[in-house]
Amino acid sequence: MSEANPDQTPSTGTAIHIKDLRKSFDGGKDFVLNGVNLEIPKGVVTCIIGFSGTGKSVLLKHILGLMKPTSGTVEILGNDLSGMNMDQLIKMRTRLGVLFQYAALFDDMSVMDNVIFPLREHRKELKLHDMEEIAKKKLAQVGLDPKHFHKLPSELSGGMRKRVGLARALALDPEIILYDEPTTGLDPILTEVVDDLIVETHKAHAGSTSVVISHDLFAAFRISDHIVMLDKGGVLLAGKPDEFLKSENELIKKFLSKGLKQG
Amino acid sequence: MIRVWTDNRERINTAIDDFAGRIFNGLGKFFVDCGKACIFFAQSVVLIFKGPFRWDEIIRHMEFIGNRSVLIIAMTSVFTGMALSYQIFLGFVKVNATNLVGPTVGMGILRELGPVLTGLMVAARAGGAMAARLGTMRVSEQIDALEVMGIDSKQYLVAPRILAAVITVPMLCAIFDFMAMMGSHFLTITVLRQDEAIFWDKISLWLNPGDVYQGLFKAAVFGVCFATICSNRGFNASGGAKGVGEATNQGVVNSMVLIIVLNFFLTNFIRFFYVAMGWR
Ligand SMILES: Nc1ncnc2c1ncn2[C@@H]1O[C@H](COP(=O)(O)OP(=O)(O)OP(=O)(O)O)[C@@H](O)[C@H]1O
Ligand SMILES: [Mg+2]
Repeated sequence: MSEANPDQTPSTGTAIHIKDLRKSFDGGKDFVLNGVNLEIPKGVVTCIIGFSGTGKSVLLKHILGLMKPTSGTVEILGNDLSGMNMDQLIKMRTRLGVLFQYAALFDDMSVMDNVIFPLREHRKELKLHDMEEIAKKKLAQVGLDPKHFHKLPSELSGGMRKRVGLARALALDPEIILYDEPTTGLDPILTEVVDDLIVETHKAHAGSTSVVISHDLFAAFRISDHIVMLDKGGVLLAGKPDEFLKSENELIKKFLSKGLKQG
Repeated sequence: MIRVWTDNRERINTAIDDFAGRIFNGLGKFFVDCGKACIFFAQSVVLIFKGPFRWDEIIRHMEFIGNRSVLIIAMTSVFTGMALSYQIFLGFVKVNATNLVGPTVGMGILRELGPVLTGLMVAARAGGAMAARLGTMRVSEQIDALEVMGIDSKQYLVAPRILAAVITVPMLCAIFDFMAMMGSHFLTITVLRQDEAIFWDKISLWLNPGDVYQGLFKAAVFGVCFATICSNRGFNASGGAKGVGEATNQGVVNSMVLIIVLNFFLTNFIRFFYVAMGWR
């Protein structure tokens, strides 16, 4: 958080470092992730793309410590997750913010309570009034109309829910913000809105790192400074967007032609 | 008959095999489920003591399990008390022992039917709701969201539910006992015109507080039992809405079966304990 980074020049350092990560669900017969090596730089927007079923969500769950690797390590902000106990893992996770695919709002709580929830758990020194102020600020930042603040998630549209989910993810001022398929299933206009929201959020949180997991190659080109393409349980190519355009790899070409046609 | 047997031997054999196989399969699954629930329970107990103590959550779940079950408990208990009294009365008339209807009904209600029926009713109502709620939270990634917010989801979701069930189910059982005895009183005295003084006198002669306590103890155990099994099922649900439905169904069925089976062993255990302590 200390290194202010207003003009989006990629700062040095690695936010997430994955070394030879392998994951099998069936005791070693079939590996969903088969030796992923990956460095996600600090301070920029990184997109992780790949065809459906290549293990993007599984990779995300490893980054969040929700799944344990079969072998290999995941390091976040210089800390190895595998050696952590539950308490350390909890502390680590407060430095991450996640927007889930369907926002995963707590459906028995109002919008406001959803955003206050992480503050209530981790910022116990704050008064309720201050928590509400923070929540309002975050909700305003993601562009939610104040008239929706006291509604239940079931009364909101999908796009609004995503905004609330993002506000909740931002409540603790995370150093890394992760988005799981933020635009999958949204219409083209909303897709653009959400993409812009990601970029604006990234700019508003100086020095923060954003990781977007997506099918949407066109969006990846629009919003990211760094792209990682997964295939068959490994990294096919990682680099700047123009490295992708120049790539001779058949699969990337195929993905490009499809993705750009869609856009 | 023999012809039928010999002609269809093959088919009958496979049918028997199939039947036996299904029973063993079912039993196996039931025991595996109970085993998993035990591990889950052990983890949750550790978390209950580890804190933070979530009073507001515990009270919210107590309200849900308790308050909203009072009506169905009251209904079932009054009618159970009346039906049982009538049957026992009909039996005792034959041997001229109708003045023992009160204590006999009391023993049956306080020791067995009170805790078991309370357990079953609450398991069906609150247990089903627990499994469905946690299952929905699981498949809609709300539990993942809790985890990545740095909250121990079991500590937040499961521990308060188990604790609330342990506290609340005995209270409901006490209500059941009271209302069932009221039902019995109404039927025996008002409808069947037995003597009220004898009814109560025999009850105070033959029953003692130990009968009430053992029922309440059983109820607490049943509370743990359904809260653990249903939470475990819901917490580990997978596969969308269908998975939630299965988790709810399995959770309720398994906790009901376990309550009834466990009751038999608890009865023996308590009896043994009372004798060993020289209380009776
Ligand atoms: N909990 C699990 N148990 C067993 N297999 C799993 C589990 N989670 C994922 N898989 C398998 O891992 C593979 C990758 O799944 P994953 O959800 O990561 O794909 P994805 O890249 O996110 O796809 P999509 O873009 O469609 O979301 C799939 O073949 C899936 O069946
Ligand atoms: Mg996915």
